[in-house]
Amino acid sequence: MIIDHPLLGPRDAAEFVVLGDASLIDRPDGMTATVEEMHDYAYLRDNPAGDHRELWYHEQGDRSWLVVTRSTLTHEVIKVELARNVARAQGRSR
Amino acid sequence: MTQAMRIEGGMVDRERTLAFSWNGRWMTGYQGDTLASALLANGERLVGRSFKYHRPRGIFSSGSEEPSALVQLRDGAAQEPNTRATTVELFDGLYATSQNHRGPLAFDLMAVNDLLSPFLAAGFYYKTFMWPKAFWERVYEPLIRASAGLGRLSMQPDPDAYDHGFLHCDLLVIGAGPAGLSAALAASRSGLRVILVDEDFVPGGRLSAETHEVGGQAGADWVAEATAELAANGNVRLMTRTTAFGAFDHGIYGAIERRTDHLVDAEDRPRQVLWRIYTRRALLAAGATERSMAFGNNDRPGIMLAGAVRAYVNRFGVAPGRRVAVFTNNDDGLRTADDLSDKGIEITAVVDARQGDVVEDTIGRRGIRAIRLGDGRRIDADCLAVSGGWSPNVHLTCHHRGRPVWNAEVVGFVPGGELPPGMSVAGAANGTMTLAATIREGHGAGAEIAGDLGAGGSPGTPVEAVDESFAAAPFWHVTGLRNRAWVDLQNDVTTKDVRQSHQEGFRSVEHLKRYTTLGMATDQGRTANVLGLALMAEAAGKSIEETGTTIFRPPYTPVAIGAFGGRARGEHFRPHRLTPSHKWAEENGADFVEAGMWLRAQWFKKPGEKGWRDSVDREASQVRKSVGICDVTTLGKIDIQGRDAAEFLNRVYANAFLKLPVGKVRYGLMLREDGICYDDGTTARLSESHFVMTTTTANAVLVFRNLEFARQCLWPDLDVHLISTTDGWAQFAIAGPNSRALLAKVVDDLDLSNDAFPFMACAKCSVFGGTPARLFRISFSGELAYEIAVPARFGDSMIRALMKTGEEFDAVPYGTEALGVLRIEKGHVAGNEITGQTTARMLGLGSMLSSSKDAIGLRLSKRDAMNADDGMRLAGFRPVDRSVILTAGAHFLNPGDPADMAHDQGWMTSVAYSPELGISVGLGFLKRGTERMGETVRAYSPVRDQDVLVEVCSPHHVDPDGVRQRG
Repeated sequence: MIIDHPLLGPRDAAEFVVLGDASLIDRPDGMTATVEEMHDYAYLRDNPAGDHRELWYHEQGDRSWLVVTRSTLTHEVIKVELARNVARAQGRSR
Repeated sequence: MTQAMRIEGGMVDRERTLAFSWNGRWMTGYQGDTLASALLANGERLVGRSFKYHRPRGIFSSGSEEPSALVQLRDGAAQEPNTRATTVELFDGLYATSQNHRGPLAFDLMAVNDLLSPFLAAGFYYKTFMWPKAFWERVYEPLIRASAGLGRLSMQPDPDAYDHGFLHCDLLVIGAGPAGLSAALAASRSGLRVILVDEDFVPGGRLSAETHEVGGQAGADWVAEATAELAANGNVRLMTRTTAFGAFDHGIYGAIERRTDHLVDAEDRPRQVLWRIYTRRALLAAGATERSMAFGNNDRPGIMLAGAVRAYVNRFGVAPGRRVAVFTNNDDGLRTADDLSDKGIEITAVVDARQGDVVEDTIGRRGIRAIRLGDGRRIDADCLAVSGGWSPNVHLTCHHRGRPVWNAEVVGFVPGGELPPGMSVAGAANGTMTLAATIREGHGAGAEIAGDLGAGGSPGTPVEAVDESFAAAPFWHVTGLRNRAWVDLQNDVTTKDVRQSHQEGFRSVEHLKRYTTLGMATDQGRTANVLGLALMAEAAGKSIEETGTTIFRPPYTPVAIGAFGGRARGEHFRPHRLTPSHKWAEENGADFVEAGMWLRAQWFKKPGEKGWRDSVDREASQVRKSVGICDVTTLGKIDIQGRDAAEFLNRVYANAFLKLPVGKVRYGLMLREDGICYDDGTTARLSESHFVMTTTTANAVLVFRNLEFARQCLWPDLDVHLISTTDGWAQFAIAGPNSRALLAKVVDDLDLSNDAFPFMACAKCSVFGGTPARLFRISFSGELAYEIAVPARFGDSMIRALMKTGEEFDAVPYGTEALGVLRIEKGHVAGNEITGQTTARMLGLGSMLSSSKDAIGLRLSKRDAMNADDGMRLAGFRPVDRSVILTAGAHFLNPGDPADMAHDQGWMTSVAYSPELGISVGLGFLKRGTERMGETVRAYSPVRDQDVLVEVCSPHHVDPDGVRQRG
């Protein structure tokens, strides 16, 4: 597999570590979240047949976390974004 | 023997005679021969025994599709079973033996299986050996194991080296036949960077085997001209002996190149190279594979695919027989008769199924002697050339689940469905079965791809050639046979098996495959599958189109596991990381242990010490008595800086970090988001905005990854930055009552008194007159102890200087074993306790969990189940009989309870012999352990055959009040 890193261009997937569903960005605030909300965040993932937004970490590279939109049916990589930008766009800040 | 079957012509070099050994007899062949052609030249028709029935088998094909002529190549450690004689390039001194027989090849004792064939039909292993039940383990299984498989492994390590390599190109052309060469020419002329691979050792594909003319000259001459042009163009890499075996994601292809298999002496070069080829586009021009037809006893030596017969005659100058019969269902088979007649070989019959003539049976035990026709006539033949049509080599088009579709005109499956992105197909692989059309299609594909990729050059014009006639009929098998007819030669699947599979309800092609094992041998049924499908379709009364086909998966041909492993084997399985004191440790008797990728000293053996315990006891004792030094560089070190660094740490550690003063160190506990502990370590605050974190050796990479996740994905606007500095600093623990006195001689101008530099203090300083250093007063051993770090390049001089300075205190180096003894005596938890299944409360660290902040894992760590009062708690254990040596992994039971899981009270996690106490001590988890001090429980280990009484005590076996480390 090849991941088109937004900063470094096409890189082989062997340089990356995959974490899984990008919903892990949406961490609830532990001070206000219920146990159920935190439980769902920690344990529940969608498993779509089709486009899937995933977190990949360029461990053997620049250590960027990326959000890779990948088709689980064809392995086609549809979009690659810096996770930091995705997080900010989703309203995460400090 | 003198190559009795050698005839004139062909591409072998008759100036270069090669000697080779076959079943212990020396024979000769020529440079350019394969083992198969050389065997045929020497009149060897019987070359092996079949898988199940041990039928005599000969050479069936002339390429990688060979199902029958599987031999054992070389001897000793380099012995390689199941090698296709048809692809083995002959070299001087080649050593090969036949396989899968007991006794001599010609008198195989296992041939009795052929008589037992009624009991060995499809699915026999599900039926025949079911009864009586008691026979399975003692009789059937050993019997089956002894007869399973074909060749034998050497049972020695592979002596050869294999490399991995990476290549990049605009266009990968797979197959250097007429289509592939034409495509490569067009693409190369246009300016593309091209890689052209072919599994054969000469380019040309079928042109090497046929008598076709191309561009007004002999096919082989045009091939030479074309490859010369490709070489001159400078943008083409032509790789022969290279099989593209798989189409992987995003235009990446796997290819195996055989570098030295054809050489007498590899001269220590790698035997094979596994290439990963990154392509923008790929063109599959892999040609087609001929198949057989089903008729009685169609597996005898001497029965050969017609195309292979032409290859042996035209390319290798070998006559597969003196009197040859031809059985065909297409025009291609007829050309065989012409080619052979031209060479003066007698053709005894041409049987054309399209005219209603068939071969019904063959005669001859160890090789064919005659054929019997449908009308009963018997015709002598020592070779029968069979052509049942050609199947396009669509394999790589299926690797992304593309399904081939049936083409009635081709009488074969052609590429269909979605091809791997970037792949196109040309020539016979695409169902274009005639020469001129193939060349035009290849050329057109090369030119079109060049256009797509924006190459500006002119592709030129395709070379002239003539289309041969091609008219194939869907004739599959002869009806009304009395004798068995084979479909899959390698797995011994007959027409009867296919029909039986249908009869017993295994009707889907996937079931047919698995029930009969059709197409499941190492050749993946390349000469067999279509015939099997046709028979199944007929039995079901359906068309082949409706029946469908099984799918091909990588690899196209077998690839040695060694090639996938490459250089990563033995001690090179993964890289080793060496500590800065490694060289010094080697010089001083260290015994090393792998810790992650690190090699760490586990103890330092002194003269006179009989076993490891002597060394470890001495080291641990000396630390408690005076002072010891241990390299702790392997602990992960993360440099954390920024205005929000303290806030960041406060969110990733479960305990409070916001108010850690500058110049102080704090122990920190990390949780996973599910509330389970996963790592611990200390973090020092060097300035308001600068921290240095340590992690465990094992989790250094994971913790860094998780911190980056938190920094980038959870709180992207916190002002904090991370660098891994594990390799940047050499760090040494200096532990023991004399550690302060030793350090006073090492550190420049720093007040080490307890008031000025108390327990958990840290400072930047310098050592030995100016070398920069960091000093931390932390203790894993429970003694007065420090850790001192210097830039890694000073690590070697540092350990030498420390040991020299320490001489007056009898300072000892200590390894990981003594480190473990000291921490178990002290009751500090480590990897044996923080297993990824334990909570802070179990570890006795429950009070560290902050309730006034949010941090990773804190919310879920508060769940009731993780805080049950009757849960497991860390405790210490000592044997009631003080002479007993405890066993880690033992489970605790209340005395009198039965030893089962229902009565399980916990388990022992760590044990050590304590030189300080003179007894064996342990740590472990015990139900309500903290409340049971003084109780006696059983420590039961059926695995180690131990059942002893132990006393529950504080996990802090030594200095429970922590006086020493604070002193």
